[in-house]
Amino acid sequence: MHNLVKWGTAAVVAVGLCGLAGHARAADPIRIGSTLSVTGPASFLGEPEKKTLEMYVERINKEGGVLGRKIELVVYDDGGAGDKASTFTKRLIESDKVDILIGGSTTAATMAAAPLAERAEVPFISLAGAVVVVEPVKKWIFKTPHTDRMAAEKVFSDMKKRGITKIGLISEDAGFGKSGHDQSLAVVKNYGIEIVADEVYSPKDPDVTAQLTKIKNAGGVQAVFNFGFGQGPAIVTKNFKQLGMAVPLYQSHGVASKDYIRLAGDAAEGVRLPAAGIVVPEQLAATDPQKLVVTAFKKDYEAAFKSDVSTFAGHAYDALQIVLAAIKRAGAVDKAKIRDEIEKTSGYVGTGGLVSMSASDHMGLSPSAFHMLEIRKGEWALID
Amino acid sequence: MFAAFLQYLFSGLTSGAIYALAGLGFAIIYNASHVINFAQGEFIMIGGMATATMVAAGTPVPVAIALAMAASMLVGVALEKFAIEPARNADVVTIIIITIGASIFLRGGAQLLWDKEFHALPAFSGETPIGILGATLMPQSLWVFGVAGLAIVVLWWFFNRTLFGKAMLATSHNRLAAQLVGIGVKKVLLASFALSALLGAVGGIVVTPITFTNYEAGIMLGLKGFSAAVLGGLGNGTGAIVGGLIVGIAEALASGYLSSAYKDAIAFLIILFVLFFMPSGLFGKRGTDRV
Repeated sequence: MHNLVKWGTAAVVAVGLCGLAGHARAADPIRIGSTLSVTGPASFLGEPEKKTLEMYVERINKEGGVLGRKIELVVYDDGGAGDKASTFTKRLIESDKVDILIGGSTTAATMAAAPLAERAEVPFISLAGAVVVVEPVKKWIFKTPHTDRMAAEKVFSDMKKRGITKIGLISEDAGFGKSGHDQSLAVVKNYGIEIVADEVYSPKDPDVTAQLTKIKNAGGVQAVFNFGFGQGPAIVTKNFKQLGMAVPLYQSHGVASKDYIRLAGDAAEGVRLPAAGIVVPEQLAATDPQKLVVTAFKKDYEAAFKSDVSTFAGHAYDALQIVLAAIKRAGAVDKAKIRDEIEKTSGYVGTGGLVSMSASDHMGLSPSAFHMLEIRKGEWALID
Repeated sequence: MFAAFLQYLFSGLTSGAIYALAGLGFAIIYNASHVINFAQGEFIMIGGMATATMVAAGTPVPVAIALAMAASMLVGVALEKFAIEPARNADVVTIIIITIGASIFLRGGAQLLWDKEFHALPAFSGETPIGILGATLMPQSLWVFGVAGLAIVVLWWFFNRTLFGKAMLATSHNRLAAQLVGIGVKKVLLASFALSALLGAVGGIVVTPITFTNYEAGIMLGLKGFSAAVLGGLGNGTGAIVGGLIVGIAEALASGYLSSAYKDAIAFLIILFVLFFMPSGLFGKRGTDRV
């Protein structure tokens, strides 16, 4: 009897669900699926990304949607873990039947989701930083954030301008720092710079004076470059000042937020780092094509969420805009056509820079996307 | 050359004193109940986060410190009352698992109550480094050494010279016997959680100017503190301090003279090596099991 009731209920529910599904197809919104690291250690990436996507999707729907159809956003939280990202991507593709994927806040999450998107032939715009996402080029995978290699190149070219030839590298011994370290080693030779000391620290080390002392004593070090994010770079900066090291200190784009200045305090004075225009919209030249876009985005974001806009929020904004433009050009919600149109994105002015993609470049940012900033009196100063 | 060595030593002492202070908290609860409280790191985080956010909001530093300590104690008492006490007849292992659950709960709570950002606290005595023979030390490190030293003296006095402290030790050795001679076992356990939460908060407050803090800061501090406590001998305050210093100095010397890539591995190798020959830690009493 009990079993009968259970099966009966199941059957009713199943029939109901089928009915719902049929109904949904009739309304037919464009479905964008997203797995983001909303919680966990990478939540500083996923949270602003989620907020941005939700805010703009709502706005676009209010304005009537795209091609006369509403957009439906499905977001899952993968906590930055690859295995969860893979499960959720599967769910997005198979049961939510999304047309496009935007997401994968961390490189681990993106790389776990990428093969699924490739197999199901769903266009996927990743929000992860590492070069491996788009190199080698995968047919259905694109990305909007700058790569760590671009950041390293920007730093080394600034060093070259200052006549620096011998540097110490100190990087975080985890994900972002590790990848940045490897990319730095790969490109440093092109700038005639030699890394004479190569040290690492764990993401949560309370003190790195030992590593910095080793760099200081390495002989001939003319500058120090730190690759990492979170509290690590702030501790490096403080310890650097404690040791009275007189050479310039460079940071990566991983700390291009006011938090870094707040944490490191006076010690951050004179530190240089590469950053996207969105960090300093008011300082961009009036002729800069990015000025309008980043100023508007910053205003929207900060009015809606009462918190400082970050580069990461910008990556989600760019991804959404690129996708919407591609759908409009394709004139239909056809995955293959949308993919082709994303690849043809040309001259898109985003928060990250100017984007022109091609069959061999699925990121499309030019090196000029990065500006060199220096911290002066606790504020960013645009120097290049 | 000597200056470099001294700098490595200072670096190690700074990290080591932080680990030691974290390790001390494990000793008190272990002494009272043989439970390893894996939420100890969260007490440290609560102390640091509460102080940092209150100071940022304009509360005078001494008031913020006092309130943070009180808040942390309250959390410790609540944890014992609502999570540990209902399970008092369960195995020690079960209670340890409960503390792991509690630590996850507290991290989540901190994320909601505060935020996911890092927070800083100004150093207590300025940020001018003290130069000694070519090496430098931050004044805040001296605060950490001082507080760790003070804590160990106070704990020694508490466990050896006060009736309540002795009652705690008695409870840990034999709960039933302690109950039979009239010790309020429940009260002892409650007090041990309050005390270790207080100690954790103090630790969190003095280390925050050096390490910063966020809702997850307790994970690393708890783990390193646990390593320090195990190395020194669980339940022994002096042991936790010595253990913490050994781990910190080993890490710094390893990154100075060998490679910073292997410093964590080297610290853990030392712990494994010591525990292999002295299973109850450097200062731990040898356990006797009756078969």
